[in-house]
Amino acid sequence: MQVDDLESTGRHAEPVTARGAGLVACTRCTRVWPMGETRCARCGSELHSRDWRSLQRVWAWMIVGIVCYIPANIFPMLKTQVLFTHTESTIIEGAIELAQHGSYGIAFVILFASVAIPVGKFVAIGFLAWSVRRPERLHPHHRHRLYEVVEFIGRWSMIDVFVVAILAALVQLNFAASITPGPAAITFALSVIFTMLAAQSFDPRMIWDHDGRGPDNHLTSETP
Amino acid sequence: MAPMSDSSAATTLLPPGSLPLDELIACPQCDALFHARMPGRGQRTSCARCHTVLIAPRTNAYLRVIALALTIVILMVAAMFFPFLAVNVQGFTNKASILDTALAFLDGGFMATLAVLVAAFIVLIPLLRAALVIYVLAPLAAGRRPLPGARHMFRLSEDLRPWSMAEIFVIGCAVALVKVSDLARVEFGVAFWMFAALVVVIVFQDGIMCRWTIWKALDDTRNR
Ligand SMILES: [Zn+2]
Ligand SMILES: [Zn+2]
Repeated sequence: MQVDDLESTGRHAEPVTARGAGLVACTRCTRVWPMGETRCARCGSELHSRDWRSLQRVWAWMIVGIVCYIPANIFPMLKTQVLFTHTESTIIEGAIELAQHGSYGIAFVILFASVAIPVGKFVAIGFLAWSVRRPERLHPHHRHRLYEVVEFIGRWSMIDVFVVAILAALVQLNFAASITPGPAAITFALSVIFTMLAAQSFDPRMIWDHDGRGPDNHLTSETP
Repeated sequence: MAPMSDSSAATTLLPPGSLPLDELIACPQCDALFHARMPGRGQRTSCARCHTVLIAPRTNAYLRVIALALTIVILMVAAMFFPFLAVNVQGFTNKASILDTALAFLDGGFMATLAVLVAAFIVLIPLLRAALVIYVLAPLAAGRRPLPGARHMFRLSEDLRPWSMAEIFVIGCAVALVKVSDLARVEFGVAFWMFAALVVVIVFQDGIMCRWTIWKALDDTRNR
């Protein structure tokens, strides 16, 4: 597949932005409207040239996500009963059990999806929101790449919740064996949902705003 | 027309009336503004600044997307009526359907919320998205005017995209099977393979859908 960049001249120059041209872009459907329009007439989304209040939403969702993530690691995720023995395991204990049975690959998948991705996501979203006001910290290309990775990978944390759902539905064999979900399943699921909402609240256009062009308000003062 | 980005772009405004606004496209990720042109056969157009793919039309795309969406609906509905997984421990067997899995959290009191969420992520949202896509694209494929509310339906379908988690669920099945392998013998039912096929169809359908082409076709605001 050939990729045809829209720009052919001035490849390394700063492109015109919708805001620079006195327009406000709809991030849902890519349509542009004159600055000052508040609702996209094509898809019905609210229009914001840059939504600075979105940063508050990012922080709010993220804090709720972190608050839910703590009990998710303390309380049991799975309660297993085989004959007369009863065991409870947290996310990390579950992964250790898998490793002890020799399933290193699966143990790694669980640790990666349930620990590395959520923690990495908190750090990455926090960094992105923080660096909007300190753009010199990392080139916009790298920050944008980071944002894309966070957006893509975040939902995969849900895997452990589905594993619990499948096991709890499947392993219901009276006294021979039964598995029931623990309270961590719900707090973990909520944590994933809240961090997804945090990532979705972030306006990636803010990553690019300061790109060698000084503070933000220099741009908004332009009038046609 | 030449792409509108050169080094002086940040201060040059588009001459009023030089281009109708509906011929412009703003990158949803970085706000760069371009003249939207249909790329050549088999080509895609991506943002010169952040490389987000903006326009990627396919031949006969409407019909193919509709066919794939219908396949999703049929596979999903069929998968609910066939056995999904079965487990066997010392002569005790238990079968679980997809709905059993989704509703595994139901008996746990406050866990009911999670049951609703899981059912939504793996069954309802993928199904709803397929239905919305058919509603939006069927009239376009037939060369007719879009049905009422089509633009809102398409926006809803796009908003739900990250919350459709069928593919994560399939990987979750694989992990769950490894987890119970030393406890029980597990058999795949017909529905499992239907669901696995469904995931491939969903990923393929999302890949061939060009959002810009669809928005353009749905746009009745061109004279504004
Ligand atoms: Zn719009
Ligand atoms: Zn871009």
